[in-house]
Amino acid sequence: MAGPLPLGIPWPQDSILVPQSEESSSFHAYVHIPFCEVRCGYCDFNTYTASELPGATRESFHESLIREIEFSSKVLAQSAIPKRPFSSLFFGGGTPSLFEVDQIQAILVALEREHGIERGAEVTLEANPETLSREYLQGLFDAGVNRLSMGAQSFDPVVLSTLERKHDPAKVMEFVAVAKEIGFRTSIDLIFGAPGESMESWANTLLVATSLQTEHISCYSLIVEDGTKLAKQISRGELAEVDEDLNAEKYEMATKVFSDVGLDWYEVSNWGVPSTHNLAYWRSQDWWGFGPGAHSHISGNRFWNRKHPSAYATALEAGSPAQGMEVLDNRTRLEERLLLEMRIKGGVPRSLLNELLVSPKKISERIGSGDLVLLPGDRVGLSEKGRLVADGIVLEFLTD
Amino acid sequence: MSPRAQTALVPSMTDPAQIRNFCIIAHIDHGKSTLADRMLQLTGIVDDRSMRAQYLDRMDIERERGITIKSQAVRLPWEYDKQTFAMNMIDTPGHVDFTYEVSRSLAACEGAVLLVDAAQGIEAQTLANLYLAMENDLEIIPVLNKIDLPAAQPEKYAEELASLIGGDPADCLRVSGKTGAGVAELLDRIVQRVPAPVGDKDAPPRAMIFDSVYDSYRGVVTYVRMIDGSLHPREQIQMMSTRAVHELLEIGVISPEPEVTKGLSVGEVGYLITGVKDVRQSKVGDTVTTKLRPATQALKGYAEPKPMVFSGIYPIDGSDYPNLREALDKLRLSDASLVYEPETSAALGFGFRCGFLGLLHLEIITERLEREFNLSLIATAPSVVYHVKREDGTDFVVTNPSEYPDGKIREVQEPMVKATILSPKDYVGVIMELCQGKRGTMIDMQYLGEDRVQLRYKLPLAEIVFDFFDQLKSKTQGYASLDYEDDGFAPGDLVKVDLLLQGEKVDAFSSIVHKDKAYAHGNKIAQKLRELIPRQQFEVPIQAAVGSRIIARESIRAIRKDVLAKCYGGDISRKRKLLEKQKEGKKRMKMVGRVEVPQEAFIAALSSEDTSKAEKKK
Repeated sequence: MAGPLPLGIPWPQDSILVPQSEESSSFHAYVHIPFCEVRCGYCDFNTYTASELPGATRESFHESLIREIEFSSKVLAQSAIPKRPFSSLFFGGGTPSLFEVDQIQAILVALEREHGIERGAEVTLEANPETLSREYLQGLFDAGVNRLSMGAQSFDPVVLSTLERKHDPAKVMEFVAVAKEIGFRTSIDLIFGAPGESMESWANTLLVATSLQTEHISCYSLIVEDGTKLAKQISRGELAEVDEDLNAEKYEMATKVFSDVGLDWYEVSNWGVPSTHNLAYWRSQDWWGFGPGAHSHISGNRFWNRKHPSAYATALEAGSPAQGMEVLDNRTRLEERLLLEMRIKGGVPRSLLNELLVSPKKISERIGSGDLVLLPGDRVGLSEKGRLVADGIVLEFLTD
Repeated sequence: MSPRAQTALVPSMTDPAQIRNFCIIAHIDHGKSTLADRMLQLTGIVDDRSMRAQYLDRMDIERERGITIKSQAVRLPWEYDKQTFAMNMIDTPGHVDFTYEVSRSLAACEGAVLLVDAAQGIEAQTLANLYLAMENDLEIIPVLNKIDLPAAQPEKYAEELASLIGGDPADCLRVSGKTGAGVAELLDRIVQRVPAPVGDKDAPPRAMIFDSVYDSYRGVVTYVRMIDGSLHPREQIQMMSTRAVHELLEIGVISPEPEVTKGLSVGEVGYLITGVKDVRQSKVGDTVTTKLRPATQALKGYAEPKPMVFSGIYPIDGSDYPNLREALDKLRLSDASLVYEPETSAALGFGFRCGFLGLLHLEIITERLEREFNLSLIATAPSVVYHVKREDGTDFVVTNPSEYPDGKIREVQEPMVKATILSPKDYVGVIMELCQGKRGTMIDMQYLGEDRVQLRYKLPLAEIVFDFFDQLKSKTQGYASLDYEDDGFAPGDLVKVDLLLQGEKVDAFSSIVHKDKAYAHGNKIAQKLRELIPRQQFEVPIQAAVGSRIIARESIRAIRKDVLAKCYGGDISRKRKLLEKQKEGKKRMKMVGRVEVPQEAFIAALSSEDTSKAEKKK
């Protein structure tokens, strides 16, 4: 969601989508809650602090989201796409935990009413430990949220201050424990590679993170996005440049520490009990992204909403909040599959590589160099070393 | 002031006494084309409405760069003292690379306007062309241009001109090509001072070719100056150097658009069209006669164009090779000085070894190839011709460092030039330092006027083609000017420096340099490549070697991490766009063995730019 939205074709006047693929797919929902109390220095997500948002208030914003949920069910019905209950839901942001329990509950009710939610579906909410209380968490759990993803980022106060994260690391520990007691599945997010982060600092963060015994850890290397405060600080020389070699070492260290505690990788940046929702993205399943700037994928149609919450809400009054869309042709769908599925543990089937006319020589060279491994079922996937250069492998496979 | 001529003289029937053939010689940027523009307007052959800047420069590149590559001849009517004259203005190229063409243009004239920027004074090019004009016994009319500039110092430079060509500083005309001031007086002066052409109108026809251009609709258009006799349409004409016979389909004058005439007679200047498609069949300097009444003696001064600088030109995409060949074939139609032959490089695949008159010529040709034929090209570092003699007595002519023979070398001869540098006296020190650093030996030094110095050096051509001119300009704040002429071959203490990527020699990066500079050169290129070549999947050692001796080494570490973790909120489109962008970037890479080398590396590695200026590696 960073940067400008892609250019695309306009959303169809009649709001009818044409399915591009006959393959059956599960259905998922992403709900974007575009509010934060402060904006972090590295963040380029579509989020707003209260003062940045005239005309769209946090207290009533769930009404707009519900309006889009109703709209989505109308679109699918008009497009003769069979109704499917959601296999997973994800509340992301921003800081979704800035929403009241009632607001989350109202959204869940609307999702259930308009599309249905599978029994046992994974319902995740991103939480900022600073905003949490036991009561709040209990409320969420009772409303139907069953998985909590906590943005820990680091347990080193120096790194947190570089990232301008204001939370107290102790709060993460506290609320992970509380969440587990209540019965949530838990996950934490870590970010490595912040300017100035040493191997020792990262090792300590990993140690603390694993001691929390969450069932899942996401671990991202910091990407310095253009236009963020962090990028400016680096270009002015106030902070060190990101060292990708050091990041490679940090990644390897993380893999080792996680596997020691039984958290196995299942996607380039994810370890532990796989998240249904996360996998849906990498496997090109169908999902509807609700909220400003959210992206959707319905059977080869990708579309994205207006970014600004006020513009989004206004557009919804008239019909679709979509800013644009693209319809993927067969070749593009195959390329996307390679790009995305290559990242997950099961890799890609050989048949996909054949369809994309990837030369067997390139594949065998990458197997020879140890970047790729052969997997059962005539599949090819990333080795631990290969995971660090996944983008390069895909690029090589898709160019002459 | 003279009025515009009311009736122009009829070509083919003009008395030589009423003809004046002149050219304008000037340093680049001294405003020659602008002055020509004013003359076109003043004589009324181009009306004010259709006037555009540098009217006579036909090629886009000429107009963009503001320089004249191909000369043109325009017939201007002018009335002086109640008599009408036909003035033929021959516009000459103004760059060192095209000296031969200039000399032929001069040979077509009886007079030369020596045009000097009144704010800058004489430059080396002016001087070189002035000497050429004097050798051709031309009447010299000194003119100071740009007198409208606040920085103009006409008195000072009039003195300088007078001391150079003799005469009174007061005779030096002052004009402004920009405002038009003094241009009419200049035309009058040409009539007064330039002698009328003299020739035998009954002798067998002889016409000298001073330019030859290719027009995609008309074929080759040949510009000639009639020396003796006359030519008429439908005659069978013959080129004296090749004995080739062509039918004269069209004959005419340029005024300033082509105007068909009944012929050209003694002293006139005009164009011929024979339907040939290749300028090689009508070479500059050659003599045209007729088959029926052939002349026996060709005009003197004809010379084959001689390439001075060589470079390998390769398509980035190997499948473009046939297109490159076709493009070169087409360019050769309009540029007789371009020579090329197929060449293979282990690193770059199939391409052509091309010979050029100089660096500007090289630049113009590669730019035209890319622009007019939509090709993506790599041009290897320019080199010169070496004569190599091995211990076993075999001789080699090396135009490409990769052809440098193995084994024990007895002697290497390299081409030398005599360079003339003109500069304000304050810069003499830095110029001498520069020339010595470039292995130059001083011939002499002379003061021209109070504060301008002429330095003459004997230098290896290889040192000049590289970056001498740029360095000279930057060390003298742009005040020094340079001209050079061929000065034969001389033995040099030279070695070949090879560059190895992953232990494999990359012939495109090889160069022949002086022994004392081999180490510094190898180091510099290895470092530059390390910055320019992106990190690969594997470590890439870079080595520079003389023979089997490694003189420098660097290494590009393997890339360890490129994966972008984040794919937030399902924005797959953005991720794919990023991939598309990377794909485009990859297309601009050339595979050398297993190493991806960006195009810039080939150019930048051998240029003298500071490494800090080279593009920073991502």
